[in-house]
Amino acid sequence: MPNLQEMAKKDSAFSSGHRMCAGCPVPIFTKMLTRVTDFDIVVGSATGCLEVASSIFPYSAWKVPWIHTAFENVSAMMSGVEALDKVNRKKNKSDKKIKCIATGGDGGTYDIGIQSLSAAMERGHDLLYICYDNGAYMNTGIQRSGATPLGAATTTSPVGSVIAGKQQQRKDLTRIMIAHHIPYVAQASIHNPIDLSNKIKKGIEIDGPAFINILCPCIPGWRIAPNMAVESARLGVDTCFWPLYEVEDQKFKINYTPKEKLPVTDWLFTQGRFRHLKDDKWSHLVEDFQTRVDEQWDWLLACQTKTE
Amino acid sequence: MPKNVAITGNGAMAEAMRQINPDVVAAFPITPSTQVIEDFAKFVNDGKVDTELITVESEHSAMSACIGASAAGGRVMTATSSNGMALMWEMLYIAASMRQPVLMTLVNRAMSAPINIHCDHGDSMGARDAGWIQIYAENHQEAYDNMIMAPVIGENMDVRLPVMVCMDGFLISHSVETMQIEDDQQVSEFVGEKVPLNSLFDTDKPVSWGALDLQDYYIEHRRGQLEAMYKAKSVIEDVSKRFAEQFGRKYDLFESYRLEDAERVIVAINSVAGELKEVVDELREQGEKVGLLKIRVFRPFPYEDISKALEGCKIVTVMDRSTSMGAYGPLFGEISNALYNLEDRPLLYNRTYGLGGREMLLDDLKDVFQESKDYLNNGKVEKIFDFLKVRGA
Repeated sequence: MPNLQEMAKKDSAFSSGHRMCAGCPVPIFTKMLTRVTDFDIVVGSATGCLEVASSIFPYSAWKVPWIHTAFENVSAMMSGVEALDKVNRKKNKSDKKIKCIATGGDGGTYDIGIQSLSAAMERGHDLLYICYDNGAYMNTGIQRSGATPLGAATTTSPVGSVIAGKQQQRKDLTRIMIAHHIPYVAQASIHNPIDLSNKIKKGIEIDGPAFINILCPCIPGWRIAPNMAVESARLGVDTCFWPLYEVEDQKFKINYTPKEKLPVTDWLFTQGRFRHLKDDKWSHLVEDFQTRVDEQWDWLLACQTKTE
Repeated sequence: MPKNVAITGNGAMAEAMRQINPDVVAAFPITPSTQVIEDFAKFVNDGKVDTELITVESEHSAMSACIGASAAGGRVMTATSSNGMALMWEMLYIAASMRQPVLMTLVNRAMSAPINIHCDHGDSMGARDAGWIQIYAENHQEAYDNMIMAPVIGENMDVRLPVMVCMDGFLISHSVETMQIEDDQQVSEFVGEKVPLNSLFDTDKPVSWGALDLQDYYIEHRRGQLEAMYKAKSVIEDVSKRFAEQFGRKYDLFESYRLEDAERVIVAINSVAGELKEVVDELREQGEKVGLLKIRVFRPFPYEDISKALEGCKIVTVMDRSTSMGAYGPLFGEISNALYNLEDRPLLYNRTYGLGGREMLLDDLKDVFQESKDYLNNGKVEKIFDFLKVRGA
């Protein structure tokens, strides 16, 4: 288990001077990548905020080998990198195992990249995929995605007089990844560095495919103050909107159980994107939201009990 | 030992891949190129190659995996056709612009819709601006030979560009012909090892690939890429020369068939050239001064060499096996560009043929030469652009 003090002494994979928004929590996980493991790593990123803000030529924030090619293909691209590592060792060109990491936002992961992700996991590459889920296509200016929660206002699901925000529940990608029966699947949050670093270390070092879904609040997209990312993520977990759990070889483990499960409105009403839901006119959306969160939490508890 | 074998075009390409023994192959099946990867999978599972075969879920992922493995320093290959390559479209440009010498067998097939599995050149012609070197083949032997040369061309340090080796779907891919497969060891020595450049696996010197490139640098990078394409021309000539010295078969950027004193010339690409040669021979026996210019390298396009080769002839018929809707054919456009600066320009016109596999028989090709004879006698071209063998025109 990584020790935060020891970790902080190691070089980060990601330099300061990157151009992520003020208060953006995404670099919390990118800085951890080299600090949690002694393996040499190669990182690939899908097109998105992280890619754009970390690599404006002639600068790069990446202090490890890094590659980006397109939006929907990071898993396939990193499959190629991983396959070459296998061949190099088979041909005795190298005796050093390289660990491959793919990153993508929810757009590049839940939506346009899900085919490539699913196939790479099915093929069993030794690859950790990290999704930073901020719940919309933030890089192109806050459009709804398959990960956008019910009721959220985005630029393609605006609050109108007839329709207010996204009308559909989000898809549960973590469960889709569990259904791939890969060695390791986890949900984490940027507000909890100990849990997050444990999971990233496990995901990197495990032999075979691994997937980690990280809740990453977006300052402009969620319409929160720049100092509120960590608090917003914490509330997401304390309301059980985003349970912290991991599934190792199909065994479920809930990593954190809130002392008191807060109502989802505690999370919703601290974000500008849900502000309209305070109007009674849309109370059915809030009820549906709570119902889904409760069902998901009950499902998770049952899974944990069943696989104990 | 080299051996003469009866083999399909696809089988020959798989043999070339076996001998090249690439590090990574990523591919998705599509008719008519599927057999290339089926045969290669057998080589992998029989331990005849060291390759990691990634059986991806789409052609887009095939090209993506190829780019990743190539950027990490590996020699990588794929094979596809038609819609499969269309699904790679985005990644074709990225492979070229990131200067990754990915190697592709492209078995030419018509684009949908209507869906059709047979030959035309709409797929590769559509990709002509993607930045790939494109080399075409008349027959099995040429396709195989081109593929053996492809890594040496694409991985040259002055080039570092992807190479597409094209051959006609079914006409070549599925027909059996006798050809020479060269000695494994000799091929292996000829292709050598790929030298990695800025590899992702050089963890002591970490590189960032695929950065965001804005107004202040993009145009310079594109211009640099073009420079590599210019240099590819002489590299292709050098490699072809080396190939001839080693294996005895000589290839130029294009083939001049009985062009010396030709008055009427047809310019064409791929398998139809085989038939055209027969027609040219027959008409020559009858005293007609006809010839054929067969394109081999379409990108980079050898404008000046072609203009020299066609200088002095009186009429040129360009046969395109693809159509650019609303424009003349893509090959016609290039030939027209090549000839414009000649002081004494030949008459020039364009015929589209063979879309979706519509066959061209020897008599059909004789008709094409007859038409050029009529045009020449009248001293003018009546129809610059037309389709051959099409109903309802």
